[in-house]
Amino acid sequence: MAEICLGLIFVGLTMYAVLGGADFGAGLWDLTAGGAHGGGRIRGLVQRSMSPVWEANHVWLIFVLVIAWTAFPVVFGAIFTTFLVPLFLVALGIIFRGTAFALRGQAGTIAEARVLGAVFASSSLFLPFFLGTVLGGIAAGEVDAAHPETTLAAWTGPTSIAAGILGVLTCAYIAAVFLAGDARRAEQPDLEAAFRTRSVAIGVLTGAASIAALLVLRSDARDLFDGLTSGAGLAAVVVSVLAGALTLFLLWTWRFTPARWTAAVAVAAVVVGWWLASRPDVLPGYTLDEAAAPDATLTALVVSVGLGLLILVPSLWYLYRLVLRGTLDQSYEPLDQRFRPIDEDRA
Amino acid sequence: MLALSVLAAVTEQVTGALGDTPAPDAIEARRMQATSFIAHIPIVCFGIAFPAMILFVHGLYLRTGESHYKALAKRWSKVALTLFAVGVVTGTILSFEFGLLWPDFMATFGEVFGLAFGLEGVSFFLEAIFIAIYVYGWDRLPRRTHFLTGIPVVLAGFAGSFCVIAVNGWMNHPRGFSIADGRVVDPKPWSALLNSNMWHELIHMYVAGYIVTGFIVAGVYATGWLRGKRSAYHRTGLVVALSFAALAAPVQIIIGDWAGRTVAENQPVKLASMEGLAQTTKGAPFTFLGWFDKDTGEVEYGIEIPKMLSVLAFHDPNATVQGIDTVPADDRPPTNLVRFAFQTMVGIGTLLALLGVVFVFTLWRKRRLPRSVWFYRVLVVSGPLALVALIAGWVTTEVGRQPWIVYEVMRVKDAVTSSDGLELGFIALAAVYLLLAAAVVWLLRRLAAQSPEQEVVPH
Repeated sequence: MAEICLGLIFVGLTMYAVLGGADFGAGLWDLTAGGAHGGGRIRGLVQRSMSPVWEANHVWLIFVLVIAWTAFPVVFGAIFTTFLVPLFLVALGIIFRGTAFALRGQAGTIAEARVLGAVFASSSLFLPFFLGTVLGGIAAGEVDAAHPETTLAAWTGPTSIAAGILGVLTCAYIAAVFLAGDARRAEQPDLEAAFRTRSVAIGVLTGAASIAALLVLRSDARDLFDGLTSGAGLAAVVVSVLAGALTLFLLWTWRFTPARWTAAVAVAAVVVGWWLASRPDVLPGYTLDEAAAPDATLTALVVSVGLGLLILVPSLWYLYRLVLRGTLDQSYEPLDQRFRPIDEDRA
Repeated sequence: MLALSVLAAVTEQVTGALGDTPAPDAIEARRMQATSFIAHIPIVCFGIAFPAMILFVHGLYLRTGESHYKALAKRWSKVALTLFAVGVVTGTILSFEFGLLWPDFMATFGEVFGLAFGLEGVSFFLEAIFIAIYVYGWDRLPRRTHFLTGIPVVLAGFAGSFCVIAVNGWMNHPRGFSIADGRVVDPKPWSALLNSNMWHELIHMYVAGYIVTGFIVAGVYATGWLRGKRSAYHRTGLVVALSFAALAAPVQIIIGDWAGRTVAENQPVKLASMEGLAQTTKGAPFTFLGWFDKDTGEVEYGIEIPKMLSVLAFHDPNATVQGIDTVPADDRPPTNLVRFAFQTMVGIGTLLALLGVVFVFTLWRKRRLPRSVWFYRVLVVSGPLALVALIAGWVTTEVGRQPWIVYEVMRVKDAVTSSDGLELGFIALAAVYLLLAAAVVWLLRRLAAQSPEQEVVPH
């Protein structure tokens, strides 16, 4: 039962890394799109792609939290004590990103859209970074479940920083792949090309950064490194590398729809690999059975969430099917174009 | 009977699973949590009630084909989506704060009450999925399918309230676990979830959601009404929202009575604080207004109605009502705050119920809307007032539970984080919430400034 609950947490983390990550990454491309008029085309695409799905994608994070605090309450309490500072910053980032994004859809002038866009996009950068530092700190064994303490060192070690950077890059990568496909659906060939180039470049960069991160793990989190370089952990790493390479090939040959899936697999395999490599511990040196809530709780949780998933999975499938078929798409317009008549009136 | 309940107050308490740690910033932690709740709870009301109102207007459109119904339903659905976005982020903050501020509460009791949140996660998911499909589905999905996609949003509004309030009910009336050597053992998550305190809290909050949303929305259209906006679109907005609120407000008085009697039974000290009853009294009076003096144990300058409290709490004029003095001074909540909050809620609730009755009566007997300009002026302030009553109600139940986080089992100071420096976090968070509130108001005004016709033009 404890294993199933941990599995659910990792399913949630994987979904959040892929789907939530794509939304963070879209924010990053929004950030780097350029000036108000030059970047308007990319921003319009980001706005259109994220609007119907970002809230549902965000709920995966809540899903992870509620299962964590029910099934592994002591670990949850210890993690939130240890990483109080970065998690508080993540919480603030969540407010800024979500609100600014929702408000930008209603902005009335280009100036408003620029301010809101800047808030949305910059929080999309630091949010995955800080989340990454927390995950890195957990992987590096910085959490003492018996006597947790809030420290700075817990999330500023080499593994944390590496995980933070890798988190940001991964988000940018998955977003670029998704947006290339979305651009094709919006019939914007120039944006297709732009995101194809971006996704290939950032894909290579993310691959290189992953290798560098492995070297960091080797010196800073040896157990995890060993787990990732042997047995099931190694298999996951290999899957990730192959899926990543296949994605590059598919992007190179303009096949964005299958690339969407292989890119997702490449990212998912990293998260799953972490799980496989750290088994049977929940925190380094703290085993699943020590950490898990009593069986009555785990059974109740698995049964109820399991039944919930029976409704949830078809619902999610319905949402993404509508999105990918373009049923929910609004007509595409560059973000700055909405305001041109107003600007011209003023001029 | 009395001896028994005193005994009950000294049942075994627990130490936190994370050990006995210092609690340097318990007050700041409470402030942060309270601020976050106050930011989130108005959104919750809209999550509960607004989808039903939208579907009602949407249903009118499907039946009549009148375009102003469609314009209104579509406009409201955009507002609902925006508020949902804000609710997503403020709700996420709450779940982060559970861990950041109360790690020992989560570590000790997560296994007991967590199930409710597991279910709430599923419900929240469905809400997020279907609100997106519904709002972006206008003019894109088949008419019938589109209407049906709104229904899960309404159901999730109820299911979400059920789950979260189950936890609050449990904190006030903890069940479903045993204590051995100061440790929580043998959790029974289902019996914790379905605790006896939950039902009245749930129904009270659910109906409050309709009252708050109804009066706030009606207040917006009443403002327009006073400025001469009387089109079919505005009229529908006013009548639908106000009808929901007007029907809910009087019902809330009956539910409030039920809630009061349950509190009298489960948490007598909270009831005594709500009423400022220092000593256990047979045939206790109800005191209206005034100020509770801790030293004399009397309510000064209050208006006393003999035996009324016994009637309200037990439906028996000679019933014995337990006083604050049945627990040691350390275990008492701040009487005046609880009492003031409670009376604020009851006062405003009564006023809103009257307002509702006037509206329903005029509509039913005279087949028209009230004509008095004062009715509309009161309506404009009724929304903010309803919000004040809602928050006052939550202050009553939450501050009334103090000093416990889990009633009579775990103290707030044993649950709070051992970290220092929460002042900074509190200031930052408060500033962010102010910014957020300003931004939301700004956005809704911008939406309201757009003409309704643009919702129905083909694009």
